[in-house]
Amino acid sequence: MKRLDLDLVVIGGGPAGLAAALKAKELGAEKVLLLERNTELGGILQQCIHDGFGIHRFNKRLSGNQYAQLFIDEVERMDIAVKLDTMVLEITADKKVYACNKHEGMLEINSKALILAMGCRERTASQVLIHGERPAGVLTAGAVQRYINMEGYLPGSKAVILGSGDIGLIMARRMTLEGLSVQGVYEVMPDPGGLTRNLVQCLDDFGIPLHLSTTVTAVHGRKRVEAVTVAQVNEAMSPVAGTERQVECDLLVLAVGLIPENELSRAAGVEMDPRTGGPLLDENFMTSIPGIFAAGNVAVVFDLVDHVSQSGEIAAAGAVDYLAGKPKGVESYRPVRAGENVSFVVPQRLNRECGLTTFFLRVKKPEKVAALSCYTGQKQIFKKRRRYLAPPEMLTFTANASGAKGITVALEKEASRR
Amino acid sequence: MKKEIICIVCPNSCRLTVSEQNGEIIVSGHECRRGLEHGISEYRDPRRMLTSTVAIDGGTLPRLPVISTAEIPRDKLRGCLEALYMVRVRAPVKGGDLIVEDICGTGVDIVASRSMSRTDDPQNDKEASG
Ligand SMILES: Cc1cc2nc3c(=O)[nH]c(=O)nc-3n(C[C@H](O)[C@H](O)[C@H](O)COP(=O)(O)OP(=O)(O)OC[C@H]3O[C@@H](n4cnc5c(N)ncnc54)[C@H](O)[C@@H]3O)c2cc1C
Repeated sequence: MKRLDLDLVVIGGGPAGLAAALKAKELGAEKVLLLERNTELGGILQQCIHDGFGIHRFNKRLSGNQYAQLFIDEVERMDIAVKLDTMVLEITADKKVYACNKHEGMLEINSKALILAMGCRERTASQVLIHGERPAGVLTAGAVQRYINMEGYLPGSKAVILGSGDIGLIMARRMTLEGLSVQGVYEVMPDPGGLTRNLVQCLDDFGIPLHLSTTVTAVHGRKRVEAVTVAQVNEAMSPVAGTERQVECDLLVLAVGLIPENELSRAAGVEMDPRTGGPLLDENFMTSIPGIFAAGNVAVVFDLVDHVSQSGEIAAAGAVDYLAGKPKGVESYRPVRAGENVSFVVPQRLNRECGLTTFFLRVKKPEKVAALSCYTGQKQIFKKRRRYLAPPEMLTFTANASGAKGITVALEKEASRR
Repeated sequence: MKKEIICIVCPNSCRLTVSEQNGEIIVSGHECRRGLEHGISEYRDPRRMLTSTVAIDGGTLPRLPVISTAEIPRDKLRGCLEALYMVRVRAPVKGGDLIVEDICGTGVDIVASRSMSRTDDPQNDKEASG
């Protein structure tokens, strides 16, 4: 078995891993290695041919590929070591990485620090409990996206989409442009899951109907999907008898959520947060194991790639500090609490001397206007008015959160003012 | 005529109200200059970016993603897509390479949105140094 010694190993070459490797190198880390199981860098971005990436970071609407290319070119220019087609099989709490590829066989890599950037994967049919036959033609949105945009296959002619998150909406437009007829988008929740701009640009522009509080209850067809049964649901999310109807289709596209890919992290003993599905993190995006950091969708499902890259840079800066022996009293973590109308906050805990800290959070329910507020103990350290809040849009802010007391982040309804 | 438009320039999704008074277009509800511009152009002449793929020979993948260099009038998108189906390029390609100049007379170019090397490029199979 080939053995390697490194300062920093980044696992996953999507936007999180690319930004992390670049930032670490820029901050002076020397022996950095990026590992990617795919045959090219870029992660999910290589199948996202649509525009809308980089609005915050570059003030432009790039396609996913263009956004990735900027980072890939930079990784090449900075001469960062990359191993493609290399699958990481295991990581350990003492920061050993076991990986394999077809050139070198098994690799044992000893690293002083690790950044986990494995992204996430999609929920499948069995996870959303669709009953009925198991014919061909039931695919996740990401699989359909890859077939159409990268491989050049059309996986059907008449599609039903389950789930109105951004991925479902983007695929509704993409399939329509490629000549598939999209029968409708079905959403079990009473509100659409995706961003308004995608509702406008992907559904309204093409007259594709969105059916809220409606779900797919059965799949029909023996060899190939022939139809699905859809039904309205009540407040308890159970199908309402008598509302069932059949919709003819040969493709059921599932866009029903993402799951952070944390098998490696769990096996190494990294402590997880059940609310985010990712590791418990501090202000440097360091996990419960000192020297192991997480970034991008493996940490928490971000919706904007700009935030994904930013998280990679936070983790890289933390890792470089860690390598320089600048740990900040890990024992003295203070919890970050999700207050009024906040479903979760990342990071989940902070050191006393955390300094300027970037927070990411989601609201629980839509709100026209509220004050995004942050407290250490009773002291308010941040307040900003935010408008048109909705769960699909992650919020972020930066504040100096140093102190001794616990932190609370809340979206407070403003008392009516003149 | 008064039109309610949801701004799609950024995820803020401002609710714009656009109307015309004495030949002048008046927008309200926007939070930035780009929103103002969007309100005016969406009222007068809705435009969209065009992203699709073209066939590529000898590349590491069979499809090459492409993007328009500017927005295209919405009612011309179909025609432009039809034109792109006819296009076939050869690897290698660099991100930003011109694929179609002035597509369908719109004055907008179509460029490659990523680089793609040839399948037989030894670089693809390199054992990157650790
Ligand atoms: C359909 C769709 C539409 C989107 N639209 C937008 C949009 O309009 N605007 C926007 O800003 N964002 C959008 N996003 C979100 C954005 O693409 C993602 O947030 C971003 O790609 C996540 O980056 P990541 O690096 O965390 O993960 P990924 O891109 O998933 O990268 C993870 C990488 O890790 C590798 N990996 C995993 N496990 C291992 C292992 N064991 N060993 C080696 N390598 C491994 C994977 O192969 C992959 O390359 C969209 C996403 C999707 C799916």
